[in-house]
Order: sequence, then structure tokens, then C-alpha cells
Amino acid sequence: MLTVKGLSVTLGGKPILQNIHFDVQPGQWLMLVGPNGAGKSTLLHALSQGVPYQGAIAFEGQEVARMKAAQRARLMGLLSQRHEVGYSFTVQEVIRLGRYAQRSHWQGSGEADQLAVLEAARATGLTELMDHSVLTLSGGELQRVFLAQIFAQQPRLLLLDEPANHLDLQYQAQVFEMIQDWLQQPSHAVISVVHDLSLARRYATRGLLLNRGQQVAFGDPGEVLSASHLQAVWGMDVAGWMRDLLSEWT
Amino acid sequence: MSPRRETFAPLSYLVFLLITLGVALLCICLGSVWVPPEQALGALVGNPGIEGTARSIIMDLRVPRVLAVALCGAGLSLCGAAMQGLLRNPLADGSTLGVSSGASLGAVLALAFGFTLPGLPQLGVMGMAIVFAFLSLLLILALAWRLDASLSTNTIILIGVIYSMFISALMSLVIAFSGPRLHSVTFWTMGSLAGAQWNQVLAMAVALALCSLVLLRRGQELNAFAVGEDNARSVGVEVKRVKLEVLIAVSVLIGVCVSIGGTIGFVGLVTPHAARLIVGPNHRRLLPATLFLGAIFLMLADLIARTLLSPTELPLGVVTSLIGALCFVTLFARTRRVK
Repeated sequence: MLTVKGLSVTLGGKPILQNIHFDVQPGQWLMLVGPNGAGKSTLLHALSQGVPYQGAIAFEGQEVARMKAAQRARLMGLLSQRHEVGYSFTVQEVIRLGRYAQRSHWQGSGEADQLAVLEAARATGLTELMDHSVLTLSGGELQRVFLAQIFAQQPRLLLLDEPANHLDLQYQAQVFEMIQDWLQQPSHAVISVVHDLSLARRYATRGLLLNRGQQVAFGDPGEVLSASHLQAVWGMDVAGWMRDLLSEWT
Repeated sequence: MSPRRETFAPLSYLVFLLITLGVALLCICLGSVWVPPEQALGALVGNPGIEGTARSIIMDLRVPRVLAVALCGAGLSLCGAAMQGLLRNPLADGSTLGVSSGASLGAVLALAFGFTLPGLPQLGVMGMAIVFAFLSLLLILALAWRLDASLSTNTIILIGVIYSMFISALMSLVIAFSGPRLHSVTFWTMGSLAGAQWNQVLAMAVALALCSLVLLRRGQELNAFAVGEDNARSVGVEVKRVKLEVLIAVSVLIGVCVSIGGTIGFVGLVTPHAARLIVGPNHRRLLPATLFLGAIFLMLADLIARTLLSPTELPLGVVTSLIGALCFVTLFARTRRVK
């Protein structure tokens, strides 16, 4: 579905990512893991054409860089980590922006658009908040608004930068289950950055481990998050520490 | 649940248009000489019953001036709204980008050195302002591109501010060396549409029509930018192209307005905020509302400028800055409270 070959990103003369290779197939959830500064977010932004890069990114054989923005938006959508809405748009208006690529300039919003917006709002539990200003929402609610927007956009590949960011525990579980459900539909796939390694293990079907812009491992999540890899990247016994933490609950 | 109307309803257009026309008529009638509305309307439709002096006051002085002021207000405000959306910055304006400053420098150069186009003395200042506005834009974009290829909004604003400072230094230099033309140059920098003529009105009308056509079509894209540039890219906006299109339309419009009206501050900054309070932040409603409100605001400001201390006229830029600064503080305080 998505094939990445020899991807490198240099920002301000500093190499951020070097020679990354991977691919994603329909039905897969690829987790990008690694410590801070590994280049995980930059990788997502390169995939969505937000930062300049060298190398090739192809969606079903077609070079993504050559696509029109609207065509790209119908295939893949990015959920950013930070949301900085400038003005008091309503929840509905922000979700509706997700329909931008689906309609022409001269038409208003059609019935399909309205349905997609309402369905996305329902799925994210925002139906009651549709006419609220986004400036009055909590961080978690705002995160759900943008998740609703990307659902309304109906792309085939979701690029999610810390989707559980700002979310209380009950919403964190909900959001991951929501994404899991979305993934069950045919020819859907997800690439996400997840800081929490337990969440990564739980939901990943594929893993890509990055460290300081270098690709450490790619493939089966069990192998990618193996003890030796974790030791090499974090310099500690990650699994042991996790088990130690969990023992607090027994 | 019924969807909230996204576009500017025809009825809203009608209401805003009627209010604008009403204010325009008021401004044509009021002045050092009171002209009754029926006489003003009579002269406008070419009624032969209106005798010489009254007709001359209306058609040669008041109408072109009021129209020029209205068009200038609408244009500068539209530019302000577009910039504030594009840069997701409520303090953005043509002046933040440095386009106004660039246009002013062009106009001041033309005034100080008596640069005119052969046969068309009026167009010298306008042509220079447009050229300089456009060159400023190219320079700012080229600089922004070099420093940050993604043309991020922070970079553009920062470069705009630095560029404005640089230009104002150059302008002081030009003014210092302008010698015998010092008075006209200085008065121009304070902003005035007192001597507006029909050809200037026509130039502004054409520029406003063309640029409005470009900008009003980009309402949804500006919404996306106002929510966030990454978000705009993700939902499928051609980020760089739309940005360039909006910036070019804005620079042409500012070039024309500045060359005719001088530096009229605060209009483009304040009007969009007032419009947002009435129709909300959605640019598909905001941009048309801003057009009308900008025209109304500047016409009333000009009315104050020429009647408050009549027969002495105040520079329009001084009045807008006085009103604008007060409005701005109030609006700013209110938006802070909402947040």
C-alpha cells in the first residue's frame, strides 16, 4: 500500500532522518517507536509532505510527492500532535474541514458530507458539542475533534502522531479501540507514533524502531521490541522496568 | 440537527449592502456644506434640475471621495482578514507582512523625486506602490523560503516585522532628502483621500473587484489555515499555491490602496475582529462581511476627519488610528476573556 525507500530528511543542515526503508500493507497498524528526538514525528510529516525530504514515498506505486493535495488527502490524513486553532470555530466547522478534498469549490456541503461529519462526531462522542467553540474545549476534547475530522475525511491510511496525547485514561482506551475498529474495514491501514511502549505492543501489527534518525529495526513488533533492541536504544532493561511498575498493581 | 449555514446568506448581503449605501449617502450629504439627500440622489442619477455648484460639490468632490474611502476601507479590511486567516494570527495585517511598508516606500520615492509616468502623472505613485508592494512580497517570500522551505507562518511574520523596520528606516532617509517636497510627502504618510478623483476611484474599484474574486473564493482554504497549516495540508489544501495566491492578491490590493490613500493604519487590523464578532470566524461569511464593514468604518472615520474641526481637516490615518487603537484594546480584552 505505502512503500518508503531511502527516505532522508535534513532540516537546517542537520540530518533528522537517514535512509529509512519500510512498507505498510492493508490491515496493518505500524507503530513508530523510539526515544525523543528519534525522528518519529518528522517521519510522519515527511509522509504527509509537510517537510522536504530525499527518497521515494509511493502509495500503491504512485509517487506521493507528485499527487495533488486533494488526491493525497483522499488517500491519507495526518493527525498532528499539537493543535493551535487560531479562532473560535465551532466543533462542527473544524470536523467539516475534513470534507475539503471531497467536494468541489462551487458546491456547498452535500448530504454525504453532512452524514460523514455526523457519523464522525457520533463515533468520537462529540454530538453534544457540535456548536461549541473549539477554544472552550479541554485538550482531550480537542484531540477528539481532530480525530473526528480525520474520520470524516475518510482516507485509507491514517498517520497519527501520538493519538492518545492529552487524553484521560478512559478516552485513551476508547480512542485506540476506535482506531482498531476503523482498521477492520477493507484496505485501511494506520501508521502511528506512540510513546507508550505498552500501547505499542498491544496494538501494533508491525513496528519500526528509530533512534537518532537511524532505522534500528523494522518488522514483526515482537522482534522490533525485543529485549536486545530495547537495551541498545534506551540503554536499560525496558521490559524489566515495565514489569516492575506493573507489580505495583498486584 | 440542522447544519449551521456556512456561507453568507443573500439576505445578509442585502442588509450589509443597504447599511453601506445608507452610510455612503450620509457621508455624501454631510460636510462643510449640507446637501439634502434628494439633491444628492438627483445629481447622482443626472437630474438636470440640480444647478452648477451643488452638482459640482456632489459629483466632483463628495462622491469620488466617499467612494474612494469606501473602496479603500473594504480593500484594506479584506486584506487584513485574509492575512489573519492565512497566518492564523489575529494581529496580522498587510502591515505585519511588510507589504504596506513596501508600498509606502514606493509611493514616497515617487512623491519625493517627482517620479511620474509620461501623460499620466497620477499613476506614477500608484505604479511605484504596486511594484514595491510586489517586490516586497517576492523578497519576503524568498527570504522565508531560504530560512524555512515550508514557509511556516512564524517565519513570514518575523521577516515581515524585520522588513517593515528596515523599510521605515529607508523611508525616513528618503523623507530627509526630499527637500522642497517634504510637506507633501509628510502629509501623504499620514493618509488622506481628500483629493480623490474619478480615475483613482476606478483604479481602486478594478483592483478590489479582481482581488475580492480571488480571495472570496478561498474562504474554505483560509478556514483550514486558520485552524492550522499542518491541518490544512492534511485535509487536502494546496498549501503553497493558496498561500501565494492570497499573498499576491493582498499585495496588489494594498499597493493600490496605499498609493491613493497613504498609510491608513488599523483598518485592516480592527475590521475583521468586529466582523468576527458579528458573523463568526468562518471565512466564507467573514470575508464578505469584512468588505462591507471596512467600507462603513472608513467612511465614518473620514466623515469625522473632515467635519470634527471643520473647516480644518484631520488626516484620515490619525482618526483611524485613534478609533482603531481604542477598538482594538476592547476587542483584544474581550477575546482574551472568551479564551
